[in-house]
Amino acid sequence: MATRTASRAPSRPSDALSLEKKVELYYWMRLTRSLEERLVNLYRQTKVVGGLFRSLGQEADAVGSAFALDRAAGDILSPLIRNLGSMLVQGAQPLEIIRQYMAKGDSPTRGRELNIHFGDPARGFIGQISHLGDMVPVMAGVTLSFKMRGEKRVGLVYVGDGATSTGAFHEGINFAAVQRCPLVVIVENNGYAYSTPNTKQSAVKEFKDKAMAYGIPGVRADGIDVLATYVATHEAVARARRGDGVTLVELMTYRRKGHAEHDNQSYVPTGEIERWEKDNDPVDRYVRVLLEELQVERKELDAIDARVKQEIDDATDLAEQSPPAEPTDALNGVYAQPASVEPLWYRAGIRSAVEQHERAAGWGTFNG
Amino acid sequence: MAEITYLEAIREALFEEMERDSNVFCMGEDIGAYGGAFKVTDGLMAKYGEQRVIDTPISEAGFVGAAAGASHMGMRPVVEMQFIDFISCAYDMLTNYIATARYRAFLPCPLVIRGPSGGYVRGGPFHSQNPEAAFLHTPGLKIVYPATASDAKGLLKAAIRDDDPVLFFEHKYLYRRIKEEMPAGDHVVPIGKARIAREGKDLSIITYAATVWKALEAAEQLEKEDGLSVEVLDLRTLLPMDDEAIIATVKKTNRVLIVHEDTRTGGVAGEITARINERAFEWLDAPILRVTAADVPLPFAPPLEDYVLPQVADIVAVARRLAAY
Repeated sequence: MATRTASRAPSRPSDALSLEKKVELYYWMRLTRSLEERLVNLYRQTKVVGGLFRSLGQEADAVGSAFALDRAAGDILSPLIRNLGSMLVQGAQPLEIIRQYMAKGDSPTRGRELNIHFGDPARGFIGQISHLGDMVPVMAGVTLSFKMRGEKRVGLVYVGDGATSTGAFHEGINFAAVQRCPLVVIVENNGYAYSTPNTKQSAVKEFKDKAMAYGIPGVRADGIDVLATYVATHEAVARARRGDGVTLVELMTYRRKGHAEHDNQSYVPTGEIERWEKDNDPVDRYVRVLLEELQVERKELDAIDARVKQEIDDATDLAEQSPPAEPTDALNGVYAQPASVEPLWYRAGIRSAVEQHERAAGWGTFNG
Repeated sequence: MAEITYLEAIREALFEEMERDSNVFCMGEDIGAYGGAFKVTDGLMAKYGEQRVIDTPISEAGFVGAAAGASHMGMRPVVEMQFIDFISCAYDMLTNYIATARYRAFLPCPLVIRGPSGGYVRGGPFHSQNPEAAFLHTPGLKIVYPATASDAKGLLKAAIRDDDPVLFFEHKYLYRRIKEEMPAGDHVVPIGKARIAREGKDLSIITYAATVWKALEAAEQLEKEDGLSVEVLDLRTLLPMDDEAIIATVKKTNRVLIVHEDTRTGGVAGEITARINERAFEWLDAPILRVTAADVPLPFAPPLEDYVLPQVADIVAVARRLAAY
């Protein structure tokens, strides 16, 4: 497809992005949302093992920020639980995601880890652990290695509003700032850490102000606007690549679903979620930009929607056929050497520990 | 070749490994121009520059996490804890992130955390700890705790070359008190292999680190005064533990005394006892006994510290009881 330019679009910093790229952003956001909707169906069919984590309302900040990285240059990000979109942009496949959620034996972690907790440095993403803030020091080290080897690569790490309270966040960002590591720290401010609102998380009004304490720039952008997110992150990425160190980017967004599927969100003020859904949905907003400002035709978006649906259908079919995890594989790969742990003597020769797997009880307090 | 101290042996290993592999680099508090609190890294920055010898902020969790990230990318970080007591500040990083990385995410973490450990130096509760048991319980880590200068050098070189994370405990009482001529050439001691520090046939003392020397002194005394032939097994590596060497000495002497400087409850001695119980119970002629520190934070004043930590007289007394059982 030849490069097109929109005739009557107002001048915006995102104009550096071609229209193809802008349409591609829609694809990633739609893929994120539709894939999660499929996962909800599978969850309700009890095919998902464990909790299901949604990023409904946050697709733009995940996709727009990851899109600002240079995959050809070998940039690497570390996602959070609401950054499915970022991982998809970096090359994670819907099939991998569904296999992970279904605890399949051919999932990227072979059943060792849950949900989107997986990574692939070759494709530019390193899997998170559940301990919030911990990926900041890790990504400080990843980007330290870029600096030491003189590679023009950039790292990006996501934290939420809640994780900015952790010691690991502070120690990691401080270390990276002192070393001038090529790192972008994205603070996704979605209003809640599980049930805890920002007012109980921090006395600062704007999380970007935390940057001041580390001697680095802190900027804030509308995380519901995928183009604004892209622009803010892209500037931070460019700064990092120039050798000018760390930037903290606060992206304002809103978590429309609970911490996980079980969470009934009883702590959210009445009407708040509905207001965000009605007035500030990232996909709806971007569709308006594409149709009205950028003159993209409706049928082009419909075609993307159809393509997304097909990809997710195909991935679901394949994932359903995937084998369960192999029990004795649990003993492999704790160390490089020895490659396997010896089975406990009373398990010697036994492949399956129980005749029927118990279905885990739901997490938390969902009461309908 | 001249004799060098335990501390100099560690330094020699660092120089040799940084020379051998440009991916090896050091991080820690005050390790650069100052050369470290104990001067282990003295001269390292002058030779390799501040890119490869990094003075860090006071952020154990921060720079241990950074070591993990760099190690994913193929670097081989060697991180100094100014005192090993501060490793607890990085406990989360080590146990949750680093120890699980290979298993859950197929991410290698070839890194070394090293630092001055142990008591008998009037260091008080925060400069004398032996936190090895806190990590023995974590699959994914390796733990090394050498007792001799040549083992310190050879095991540190092995730790740096290992493809998994290694906690390398250095006993600060031994830093400048023992000397030894280093074996010639590229001296690497394999991780996971214990060493018989003294051959014997009447009873075995299983130990590691500074108490190897206490055990040897006690063995000497027991031979002279009681005519007892005491074997001393220096574990050298705690994780993975050398079960074969432990079982072999049990089968040889049939009586076992375990000695460690760390506190008693939940200590390494309990784990060794359980392993012998499972694999060589019928070879025992007496219950397994242990000499350890008392279950208290380590106090500072000399009369207090000496009372709490294992002494030669304790080992002699308990060994006599074991021999007479």
